[in-house]
Amino acid sequence: MDFQVVVLAGGTSKKLLPLVSKDVPKALLPVANRPVLSYVLELLELSNLKNLIVVVEGKEAAVLVGNWISAAYVDRLHVEVAAVPEDVGTAGAIRAIAHHLTASDILVVSGDLVCDVPPGAVAAAHRRHDAAVTTMLCSTPVSGPLESGSSGGKDKVKKPGRSNIIGLDPSKQFLLYIASGVEVEKDVRVLKSILRAVGQMEIQSDLMDSHFYVFKRSILLDVLDKKEKFRSLKLDVLPYLVRSQLRSEVLLNGSSQSAENGNEKVASVNNQVMLSQLLANSAMPSFHELYALGPNGLLTATTRRTHKCCVYIASKNKYCARLDSIQAFSDINRDVIGEASHLSGYSFSAHNNIIHPSVEIGAKTTVGPQCMLAEGTQMGDKCSVKRSVIGRHCRISSNVKIVNSVVMNHVTISDGCSIQGSVVCSNVQLQDRVVLKDCQVGAGFVVTAGSEYKGESLARKEKTQLQ
Amino acid sequence: MVRKKGGGHRVSDEAEEDLSHVPLQAILLADSFAQKFRPITLERPKVLLPLVNVPMIEYTLAWLESAGVEEVFVFCCAHAKQVIEYLEKSQWFSQPNFSVTTIESHNSVSAGDALRFIYERNVIHGDFVLISGDTVSNMSLTQALQEHKDRRKKDSDAVMTMVIKTSKPSPITHQSRLGTDELFMAIDPNTKQLLYYEDRAEHMKGTISLDKTLIADHPSISLYNDKQDCYIDICSQEVLSLFTDNFDYQHLRRHFVKGLLVDDIMGYKIFTHEIHSSYAARIDNYRSYDIISKDVIQRWTYPLVPDVQFFGNAATKLERQGMYRGSDVAQSRYAQIGPFTVIGSRTSIGNNTTISNSVIGEGCTIGSNVSIEGSYVWNNVTIEDGCKLKEAIVCDGVVLKSGATLEPGVVVSFKVIIGEQFVIPAYSKVSLLPQPIKQDSDEELEYADEGSGTVETPSITSLADKELKFKSPETPHWSTSELGTSGSFYIWSLDEGGLEEEWRHSVAHIPEDKLAALLQAAENDLDVTAQDGNVLPPSGELDTHTNSENSEDDLDDLKDDSVYFEREVEATFLRAVHENVEVDNVILEVNSLRLSYNMSFVDCAGAIFYSIMKLALETPHNSTSELQRNAVNAITTWQKLLKHYLQSIDEEIEVILKYEEMCLESAKEFAPLFAQILHLLYDKDILPEEAILSWASEKEGADDTDKVFLKQAEPFIQWLNEASEEEED
Repeated sequence: MDFQVVVLAGGTSKKLLPLVSKDVPKALLPVANRPVLSYVLELLELSNLKNLIVVVEGKEAAVLVGNWISAAYVDRLHVEVAAVPEDVGTAGAIRAIAHHLTASDILVVSGDLVCDVPPGAVAAAHRRHDAAVTTMLCSTPVSGPLESGSSGGKDKVKKPGRSNIIGLDPSKQFLLYIASGVEVEKDVRVLKSILRAVGQMEIQSDLMDSHFYVFKRSILLDVLDKKEKFRSLKLDVLPYLVRSQLRSEVLLNGSSQSAENGNEKVASVNNQVMLSQLLANSAMPSFHELYALGPNGLLTATTRRTHKCCVYIASKNKYCARLDSIQAFSDINRDVIGEASHLSGYSFSAHNNIIHPSVEIGAKTTVGPQCMLAEGTQMGDKCSVKRSVIGRHCRISSNVKIVNSVVMNHVTISDGCSIQGSVVCSNVQLQDRVVLKDCQVGAGFVVTAGSEYKGESLARKEKTQLQ
Repeated sequence: MVRKKGGGHRVSDEAEEDLSHVPLQAILLADSFAQKFRPITLERPKVLLPLVNVPMIEYTLAWLESAGVEEVFVFCCAHAKQVIEYLEKSQWFSQPNFSVTTIESHNSVSAGDALRFIYERNVIHGDFVLISGDTVSNMSLTQALQEHKDRRKKDSDAVMTMVIKTSKPSPITHQSRLGTDELFMAIDPNTKQLLYYEDRAEHMKGTISLDKTLIADHPSISLYNDKQDCYIDICSQEVLSLFTDNFDYQHLRRHFVKGLLVDDIMGYKIFTHEIHSSYAARIDNYRSYDIISKDVIQRWTYPLVPDVQFFGNAATKLERQGMYRGSDVAQSRYAQIGPFTVIGSRTSIGNNTTISNSVIGEGCTIGSNVSIEGSYVWNNVTIEDGCKLKEAIVCDGVVLKSGATLEPGVVVSFKVIIGEQFVIPAYSKVSLLPQPIKQDSDEELEYADEGSGTVETPSITSLADKELKFKSPETPHWSTSELGTSGSFYIWSLDEGGLEEEWRHSVAHIPEDKLAALLQAAENDLDVTAQDGNVLPPSGELDTHTNSENSEDDLDDLKDDSVYFEREVEATFLRAVHENVEVDNVILEVNSLRLSYNMSFVDCAGAIFYSIMKLALETPHNSTSELQRNAVNAITTWQKLLKHYLQSIDEEIEVILKYEEMCLESAKEFAPLFAQILHLLYDKDILPEEAILSWASEKEGADDTDKVFLKQAEPFIQWLNEASEEEED
């Protein structure tokens, strides 16, 4: 396939503090005890996309990610890890590696995506329409706890799951409007020119832009080149392409580019050619082509240039989520060992949980379904674990309750602790009778005996100062 | 199918019927409250105008009857007497199970008034169909009614169901095939609730703005540009009281529908019902008259077609090629009657006459060598030899003397006589009645004719005698030179601006050159919007606050606002000049403007500087040096005001930029004085050297065209540079 894959693995996202740190960039955050990046890489591997460029923000993070990839995927994938400066944004990241891009279409995937939608289907949708950009949309994941328990609980009822407002044509193949980020909270403003051309537009707020894009390389680079201020693919480049699809600017000087890759049939061919193409194909022309022809087939003085923005809508039973917030981190960990367990790649026991054979469990300790205990972890007596992930080599004493939580590696939990809806990073020490509810504990933090926290973010002082 | 026979037994069954049964009622507005059919409607109400030789109201009543409506209230206002007389003569008053009652009003000027009037009568007891008397439809109401009732049971706020139909507007003219403005609607695809309605689209606005609360309340919304409003509404009783409560509601759509959509306090909801295969359309203007006539001829409105007897039409036979012929047609064997033409009974047609795609009324006399194409000739019209009619409407009793020509889009009102060889120019409207002096009221409202209902049509002869005296003061638009020989009429003048728009709604096809011009305009428009799109500010993931200006429209709004703001400041300033207002008070006023327009100090500085320079420019002067003196005076007088707004270097630079802009655009007279004035501002301590220098360095990188004034000011800037270097030394 003439596709090139770019995985944007990010750096140490501020949104995910204190979970991320210099030692654990976002891409290496564990989801069911595997770095989140591995989910994307394996998804791509399944589609036989093995030549990847992984872009990491920050040199140190790049080294960490690179080391992990070469250890884990040696022989399996051919991965180039590129480091870009921090805070350049996704568009900046592509700009920085532009000289590496040679294929006619570029697949840009966010490294924090956990999903089971085949990339091939998205690429096919892109090729079918000869689109400028194709984006994968999925149902907005249900945020917060599903039915029971109270994990995270931060933005529960207040925010209805609304990450994008999307306008589609009636056939749900073309993207006509997209609002992302803060735009979502504003009034929807739809360009009449686009609505006139299509006639009908469906506006939906229950779909999410999954940050899985296929771009036509020439167009992507052209936009990045012309619009120097664009920082984000999702917030700038994609909305721009959608907005300008009927008065495309990207192809105005695209002749050189189309000459470059000769098989490109861009919409900038002149009217007559288009008409004959339409007649020859006899397939229903999309509104872009009709619009380009001009109304009533009248020849217009200036050729209308259009490009297509397509969507691939993942079916509802597919799993798709982005690890872009602490809430999402908890949710994804819960889902991957729960309802989307096929993603984890582990085989579950009869009790619907995964307990590594090397785990030692004390008397009267119960491990409920949808739990995961990794190797070398020891648990004392009368503990109870429900819907939680526990990492490697943890020491858990007696009478500990862990519910709806993620405990990373080498964590020491003393007697009588209770952890609910929390994330405990590696090398944390919880002394006796610590009670955590909806907390995040940064790596290496020591929680003193008897303390109780609710909804707090605990991290080592010097750590925060460093960042 | 249309006429229901033998409903008699139901009367006896009435006692057994469910007591809660409310007869289905309808309100038929026999007044369009519009002036689109003038001058014809000055003499006859619109609902009695013939559509394919049958008065429009017949179509509406026949449909209501067939759709199961049991009680119709015909609201008459303009020409009420004519409507009532007509109905009395018709069979409608004697139908079983279909009662027609007229309600006459003399002072209603809008649909809102009409509904308020009906509310006072207290005749509507349940759900009713609200329809205008110029609607042609063959849809079945059963499903729409059922949907409406079911919704009502669940939600008593669902007060209205609108009937809509797919019809894509022309991409060039932005109007539907019926000649109405394109319509933008937002509908919830699940509940069919109407969420947004925009007719009379403001063409300037390139976007539709849906309120964010809509998105929050409805997970998905369908936006439509390809729907047509059929103007058939199923309403609940509340609609009438809503009109009464909101006495400012006039127009059904513009006020009522929009009012309900905007007002979320009462929570009333409007729903839509889409029809697919049945027909429904309203004759809103001449173009829809033309289109709907053709639809009737081509049988889209079946069973309401000429050869099916419903009420009020004479026996007509359908022949090949969509030809309908009434009885007793005397047609020369050399006449060519083309396809899709209706010839009314007792009409005679002479030799070598060609008629195509037209409707000819009853009792017409058409001479030889006449060509009629796409025209509507009503009853008892005499067309003498050699006349040419193309896409025209000719009303009852008109006489076209030999050789007269009607160009496309012409409307000839009742009993006009057009002289020999006379050519009526395209889109003219010709009437025996003078054009009323334009009332400065809402152009949409047609005022009732002072109660009399009928307008006495002056006899042609008497008018012909009078016409020379009947002159200028009250009819300034008319002159005798426009009379054809042996003809007598007024050619109505079109309003300013009306001429350009006339082709949109006329019976004539839209001429090619108009389309081309529109297309060109649209292209230019696109270019402009494309340019606007370029000035998008960056909006990265981190600096999200800048996103507020992300959409083009925001930019437009901002631009508009700043223009208004500038104007307001200028007006304030001029008032200050003329009334000697204290500077402090001016500052107060400008500050309040600044707050109300949400502007920054930068904007204020620019606007005030602009006003000062404008003042200097408008003070009389004969030479550049005098202008300079004026400027010096103005600046000296108002420097305190200006300085108040120059708090930081940003404002100072803005002043220079503003000045540059003025020199380039609005006040080129200042161009030669650029350097001098800049120097003056420096001397007066209004602009410090840092501002000037940073302006200069900012401009360094600009295009050469932008650097004109920089070059002009170069010596001065150099001097400043040297001065500052010396200081540093």
